[in-house]
Amino acid sequence: MNQMNATLTRVGGVNLLPLAVALVAFVLIGAPSSWMTLTVAGLAMGMMIFLMASGLSLVFGLMDVLNFGHSAFVSLGAFIAATVLAWMGGWLGSDSVLLNSAALFIAFTAAILFGLAAGWFFETVIIKPVYSDHLRQILITMGALIVVEQAILAIWGGTPMSVPRPHFLEGAFLIGDVTIEVYRAFAFLLGLIVYLALYFTLNRTRLGLLIRAGVENREMVEALGFRIDRLFIGVFMAGSALAAMGGAMWAGYETLITPSLGAEMMIVVFIVVIIGGLGSVEGTLLGAIMVGLVSNYVGFLAPKLALASNMILMMIILLWRPNGLRPAVK
Amino acid sequence: MNAIPSTQGSVIVKAAVLVIAALLLFAPFLFQDVRSLEVAARICVFIVLVASYDLLIGYTGIVSFAHTMFFGFGAYGAAIALKQMGPGWDAVALGAVAGMAVSLVVAVAVGLLSLRVKAIFFAMITLATASVALVLASQLSQFTGGEDGITYRSPDIFKTATKLFVDEEGKVVRIFGVRLNGKLAAYYFVFFTSLAMFLFMLRLVGSPIGTVLKAIRENEARAEAIGYRVVAYRTFVFVIAALLASLAGTVYAIWLKYTGPDTTLSFAIMIDILLMVVIGGMGTMWGAVIGAVLMVMAQYYLRDLMGTAAEATANIPLLPEVLNPDRWLFWLGIIFILLVYFFPKGIAGTIAQKGARA
Repeated sequence: MNQMNATLTRVGGVNLLPLAVALVAFVLIGAPSSWMTLTVAGLAMGMMIFLMASGLSLVFGLMDVLNFGHSAFVSLGAFIAATVLAWMGGWLGSDSVLLNSAALFIAFTAAILFGLAAGWFFETVIIKPVYSDHLRQILITMGALIVVEQAILAIWGGTPMSVPRPHFLEGAFLIGDVTIEVYRAFAFLLGLIVYLALYFTLNRTRLGLLIRAGVENREMVEALGFRIDRLFIGVFMAGSALAAMGGAMWAGYETLITPSLGAEMMIVVFIVVIIGGLGSVEGTLLGAIMVGLVSNYVGFLAPKLALASNMILMMIILLWRPNGLRPAVK
Repeated sequence: MNAIPSTQGSVIVKAAVLVIAALLLFAPFLFQDVRSLEVAARICVFIVLVASYDLLIGYTGIVSFAHTMFFGFGAYGAAIALKQMGPGWDAVALGAVAGMAVSLVVAVAVGLLSLRVKAIFFAMITLATASVALVLASQLSQFTGGEDGITYRSPDIFKTATKLFVDEEGKVVRIFGVRLNGKLAAYYFVFFTSLAMFLFMLRLVGSPIGTVLKAIRENEARAEAIGYRVVAYRTFVFVIAALLASLAGTVYAIWLKYTGPDTTLSFAIMIDILLMVVIGGMGTMWGAVIGAVLMVMAQYYLRDLMGTAAEATANIPLLPEVLNPDRWLFWLGIIFILLVYFFPKGIAGTIAQKGARA
């Protein structure tokens, strides 16, 4: 038994979990082509959720601040990207891939810039006065979430808004008898790029070293003369921008968004962060992919269970590992 | 020791609560229209709901977002029993017990599973649990009526047509122009059950258990070191709060004769409860009363005011949108944030402190 555990750990330990889930699902589903489609959908969904959740997890790890209003950035990102895309309907509709991607790029940039600005505002105005007081943090960020949600309702109205997709991301391509939606592949790739960028920044740069050290032991890093609070604003802004970007991608994925989008995603994001373990980017990725895969597989195998699947997944994982799959060292 | 030391301020708070209690007691005679009675009954139920939530957030320092879930369990228990078995006290009793049993099991499970971890984890887990309950209620439509909810009849004595006392001519006796009919009986049923539950909670926080809970809130490690099992106490108070919320749900279901996601389970009600606790003042039972009264009044009457304001500013861009009655949560959110910053003790706590300083 011990030997088996050791072997498992050497191969990758909990990182193999998505693989195991995929294998079990493969046996249960039986048809390789639908399994492949579901897996791609699950991975794409997981990557988008990862974008939304990574900031939340890092912010908590670094500063012990939990932002219940994080999903406000998700909905703001989604609505801003949708609005920008709607303005550029002409570019989107054209056959030129260049114009298409330019419009998409502008929409994403708008969402990200707004996320940065909103993150800065949120951090300095809302959260700074209540550092190290969890109860008031929860209450205040919750209040901020209410205000943002109502503001979105006031500005964009309560009716669902349709999001135009760029022409070149429409449709699907076939590999053998497996259909893969282009947008899903795109979402997966973009998520992967962001993850690699985050991974590189955190593990290969001096800035990342400081952030990781801050997560592990903030007082010590401060004692060495680094301004963790300034670093924290940066991390907070980056996390908000990532959430806004995730929201923008989600808007394109769903193609129909409502102001309640933020509240809906918040639950999923929380579940992902809890499963992955607060404070670690790798854990968040793992959690997001697990949630993405499981909800797609369960949605196919037992549609009635699909709504509770995330919850059940969280319960099982918490019973097994109360601190999540890969918690940051604390 | 009570949360409020006997000061001039605390006397004011208690006097205000007594006045509110008296107003609620005579509400059917003082405000003789249907809407006011509706408001009064809602206030009674929400006082219990908010006070039981205050047991968690104010006395023990646990942030739970699943309180409406327990409220909903109680309400749906009564609603389903009344729908299936027809109006009668057996149905009410069965529904109440069933709702409380479900609440008990879920509260123990959630509590033992997650009260060991940090407050923040607990908040997230309860939020997730509550969202699943909400989704289940709208999906299992053969039992719960889905989004539409369930309409049913309450026990016969609470029917508006029921005559409690008749004079010689067979008409309903009136006192001060108020008909002594079933509606009145229903209101007093709500009032006295709420009062009983509120007094129970008042007794609970005054007992040694209440003191232990406050000790846990102030310093968990020290409470553990003295020899109190923190997890056991936390789970206990979580379960008690859940049971009380569930009972309040049953009472509200009997009063409304309708149960749906919007009246019992929705996230909006959770936010209402949070606002009431914070506005009234965390950590005092009196604060719960004040918060519930102010918020329910605002819900019913502030919207009318906002509607008028929106019409008055119709020519100015964006303002009417923000002043729209549907946007009243926007303003409450802002008030909420300001309150948490500047008056973390809420109205009751702030007033009670006044005398202490003087």
